Amino acid sequence: MDYQLTEEQQMLVDMVRRFVRTEICPLEDNLDPDAGEIDPEDSERLKEMTKKMGLYGLGIPPEFGGPDVDVTTQTLLSFEMAQHRAGLYNPCYNVFGGAGLAQLYEATDMQKEKYLYPVLRGEKTSFFGLTEPSGGSDPGRAIQTRGVQDGDDWILNGAKIFISGADHADFGILFARTSEDKTRNGVTCFLVDTDMPGFHVRRVVHTLRSTKYATEIQIENLRVPKENILGELNKGFAIANDRLSRYRIPYAAGCIGVAMKAQEMAIDYVKIRETFGGLLASRQAIQWMIVDNEIDIRTSRHVCLEAAGRADRGDDFRTEAAMAKLLGSEAGGRVVDRVMQIHGGYGMTKDLPLERWYREMRIRRIGEGPSEVQRLVMARNLIGGSFH
Amino acid sequence: MSIRLEKPFQALTPENIEPIQGQLGVYQLADAKGEVFYIGYAGGRSLFGLNGELKREMEEQGDGTQFRCEVNMQYISRYEELLMLHKFDFGELPERVLSEYPYKIGVLSPGN
Repeated sequence: MDYQLTEEQQMLVDMVRRFVRTEICPLEDNLDPDAGEIDPEDSERLKEMTKKMGLYGLGIPPEFGGPDVDVTTQTLLSFEMAQHRAGLYNPCYNVFGGAGLAQLYEATDMQKEKYLYPVLRGEKTSFFGLTEPSGGSDPGRAIQTRGVQDGDDWILNGAKIFISGADHADFGILFARTSEDKTRNGVTCFLVDTDMPGFHVRRVVHTLRSTKYATEIQIENLRVPKENILGELNKGFAIANDRLSRYRIPYAAGCIGVAMKAQEMAIDYVKIRETFGGLLASRQAIQWMIVDNEIDIRTSRHVCLEAAGRADRGDDFRTEAAMAKLLGSEAGGRVVDRVMQIHGGYGMTKDLPLERWYREMRIRRIGEGPSEVQRLVMARNLIGGSFH
Repeated sequence: MSIRLEKPFQALTPENIEPIQGQLGVYQLADAKGEVFYIGYAGGRSLFGLNGELKREMEEQGDGTQFRCEVNMQYISRYEELLMLHKFDFGELPERVLSEYPYKIGVLSPGN
């Protein structure tokens, strides 16, 4: 399989790389090392630039106004967009725009008008309310939030945890059990406005990541009209599975992009840092770390691009996307760890982005499905669905 | 554990600041009546962490100012949590915070 970039892909990659290095990184020099946002004026200015580049709204399907860029090219650009301090969780501070919740593309016309299009215009933000205190890896069975029908409405009660952005969101999608079925077949997806009575963000959940915290939500007698059911009753998990698998690819690409940048830092550093009368670059122990980094980066990058290529061709890419997510997040963690070791004491400081990447990269092995669940997905696809 | 900063305020004086080390964390400033008028943090670019930030505040604030602080490695998310709690409790952010914080603040309803 040939991963030689086309002329157009190379041009786009070069353009985004230049953008990150000349527009994003200089802003970070004046921000707190854990900052998650840039000044709103800078954000608007940079969004105008990405619109002129024709790359605003990457990830939005072309039929909804996004640029017609295939998944492989998006993946190549995701490698680049992550290559700055905040890049793992906030690539380019979102100045390339966001695609919004994947499930909304499957919404009714009325729901699209009220929720999807305002998100695409940047007027509304949303959250994804799935995980509960009772569990996140097997949400179909763990969900205890209940939905009970009352005339034309549904009354929801329950709690959600590790929900990003609920405190800032205008609305969200919330999964609740709506039948006696104890499996994922009894779960329905609801669109919920955050100003509805009964919706409460009770606390911030502090994690390794200082910015972009998670929240805990409590839902008390939240009345939702039946028109706000997304997809079909009791089939909340059936919608947008393809798009969710697709999101594992840029998630992996972010990890790989950070690893690429860390490796670049390591190679630069070993050529100038001396120990015991010689450069670090001349030490075999260091050389092997650099080589191991490169193996990690190239293998995970290869699988990530393979998943993207299959998605572009319309082939089943669930196994490759899960493998890319697993490899990218685990390889990224190993690379950042080695690069910190190479940088010695400086690697531990907030002077360099490494310590932030180290903390945030650890979360990537859990977020969007932990490594163990990615293995489960792969096993299910490889062996068949009836053995788990 | 309360999510609010609830330890007693201390006078913002050299003697009270001296034992505080140069760690990362958050702090509140209050007037003589104990009404919070500023919430800040000592982040990764703060020289001498909380100690340095509080010394700087002492030089800028008048007599009667009080403070309390919390060492916290998650200073950004803790800072934003304190801002949201202040807004929940008092309806708006302190004026000086409004002039420094250009971002949309989240909405928290922590209950009692």
